[in-house]
Amino acid sequence: MSNKYGELLVEGQNIVKDFKVSSNALKQPLMRASNDVSFKMYKSRGMAVVGESGSGKSTIAKMIAKMYAPTAGRILYKGRDIQTITHRKELMTYREGVQMVWQDPFGSLNPTHNIFHHIARPLKIHNKVSKGNKKELEERVYELLEQVGLIPAKETAAKFPHQLSGGQRQRVNLARNIAVGAEVVLADEPTSMLDVSIRAGVLNLMQEMKFDREMSLLYITHDIATARYIAEDLAVMYVGHMVEWGDTDQIIHDPQHPYTQLLVSAVPDPGKSIHTRLAGNKGEIPLWTPDSVGCPFAGRCLHAVPRCKDEMPAAKQLAENHFVRCHLHE
Amino acid sequence: MTIPQISIRNLCVDYITADGDVRAVNNVSFDIGKGEVFGLAGESGCGKSTVAFSLMRLHKPPAYISGGEVLFDDGNGAKDIMKYSDGEMGIFRWSEMSMVFQSAMNALNPVIPIVDQFTDVIMRHTDKNKYEAVKRAEQLLQIVDIHPNRLSDYPHQFSGGMRQRLVIAIALALNPKLIIMDEPTTALDVVVQREILQKIYALKEEFGFSILFITHDLSLMVEFSDRIGIMYSGELIEVAAAKDILERPYHPYTHGLGSSFPSLTGPKAELKGIPGNPLNLLELPQGCRFQARCERVTDICRRKATQLRDVQDGHLSNCHLAVGGQSIAVVETEAAAV
Repeated sequence: MSNKYGELLVEGQNIVKDFKVSSNALKQPLMRASNDVSFKMYKSRGMAVVGESGSGKSTIAKMIAKMYAPTAGRILYKGRDIQTITHRKELMTYREGVQMVWQDPFGSLNPTHNIFHHIARPLKIHNKVSKGNKKELEERVYELLEQVGLIPAKETAAKFPHQLSGGQRQRVNLARNIAVGAEVVLADEPTSMLDVSIRAGVLNLMQEMKFDREMSLLYITHDIATARYIAEDLAVMYVGHMVEWGDTDQIIHDPQHPYTQLLVSAVPDPGKSIHTRLAGNKGEIPLWTPDSVGCPFAGRCLHAVPRCKDEMPAAKQLAENHFVRCHLHE
Repeated sequence: MTIPQISIRNLCVDYITADGDVRAVNNVSFDIGKGEVFGLAGESGCGKSTVAFSLMRLHKPPAYISGGEVLFDDGNGAKDIMKYSDGEMGIFRWSEMSMVFQSAMNALNPVIPIVDQFTDVIMRHTDKNKYEAVKRAEQLLQIVDIHPNRLSDYPHQFSGGMRQRLVIAIALALNPKLIIMDEPTTALDVVVQREILQKIYALKEEFGFSILFITHDLSLMVEFSDRIGIMYSGELIEVAAAKDILERPYHPYTHGLGSSFPSLTGPKAELKGIPGNPLNLLELPQGCRFQARCERVTDICRRKATQLRDVQDGHLSNCHLAVGGQSIAVVETEAAAV
């Protein structure tokens, strides 16, 4: 399976995910966290998912990581439905290929173990070094630390997480992905807790992993400017729906969905003025349930027409790599 | 020339630690004019929140204010609030200067209805009775576009953006002359963030207070502030008009910050970032504090302590290499042209 974007690694097909919102055993009300979401992730290419909190960005990453099973729809990894991967050996192979990076670099490392332990563990679990060969393990750990810019490697390996800055910790997490030879990295807001001066270095490292190690990157963020820097493809989510997706630059320069327009107009930029009017109405964000109908953005949309409240718009292709779900484009 | 709303002179804050005293804020001086929005930026641990806390004198041991003056104009000339007694400070806080805290989501007490949190502030600092305080609370809610019939609700019944507006409303309760906003919108989505900042700006125009705005989001700060001060490891290193600070920086750190975040619409340049890590305040070098991470470091930077000074028309910088009319941006463009 190959085309002009390279090898297709992960594909989501009409994924639906419902969560129970209360423990009431009689009613069991459901909340639809993602609704009819489809996407494609290619080798050596980044896909950014942007949207406000609660829009279902992380749910997608967690489904790819097999932490949740989709309620409907399929996720394919190299053409195979990941729900059929249940055998321990196959699961190990899958987890080797698909790795996650979490938002909080302070919470994702064990404070009672040193950095050496954190890098050595995935190497041992996934048999990346020959068993019992201490020297090989050490060399590999130091090599990995150097590759992510944590030098001097030997000194860093002996340190504990609290002795590193946030940026350095996130580099340790990325080194763990490289250690197992991940092909797909699911990064959930990896830089949102880092200072700007440190953030650039981590973004550049991820960029390097994407190109030099041919990783496919899922970059979940609320920061569209960094999404533009790191990802070729962009998906804009609103209340569990992908409302616009395709080429990152095209979407940012010429957003077609009213929500994307609102989002882009709200992103802070030194060239803008705080007085720029927002391209949307104030309004509550709806709670989506399996019975909800219409476009989730209808209540806040400046261009809503009656049918927006009744009918979910179908996906419409605007350009070769630019799709939108909006009645205005039908 | 009218006197500024607040004028901070050589403020120093120390923390007592087992390894000796650490100076978290070192000789910081700046003014905020009446009705002005002054932004304070810098990376975590640079001392920006410590400055904000010392203006309200909220520090508790092991932190203490070890020097400096804070001159505040309460309408009858400037007075040094560092010399106020605790009683005077109690009256001063909130009625003259109020604060919106970093985690505004958690600044509200979850087990007390909103109305009591409003009346508590109003009755503590004024002689209004409960009835008058509730009336005032209703007014305040209307100011921030929340229906007054929600006064008896609890904090968890409001969305994040509404809670933020509630905290802002409480800060406005006694018509203060200066509001300190420490990362007021960090936890919010960009759309809500912009709505709230536009609201704050409109309120500022209406009531005429000054704002000390603290955030790590430089793009947002440039949009929102009139002037910006950049801090690095406890020192103020550059102060300039908001539009100038990224376009014509004089300090290499500011310049580095400017090339650390990607632009939304401009050309895609490689992000440089700033090499190295923030300074450990227990291991201060001789000379400039930024020397270890600076690309332009010279001999003088390693020997001589820095001093914030006017380099051009009110643009302040403490870099030894800053010369009037020669911002780093200009120098780099010229170098690129050669």
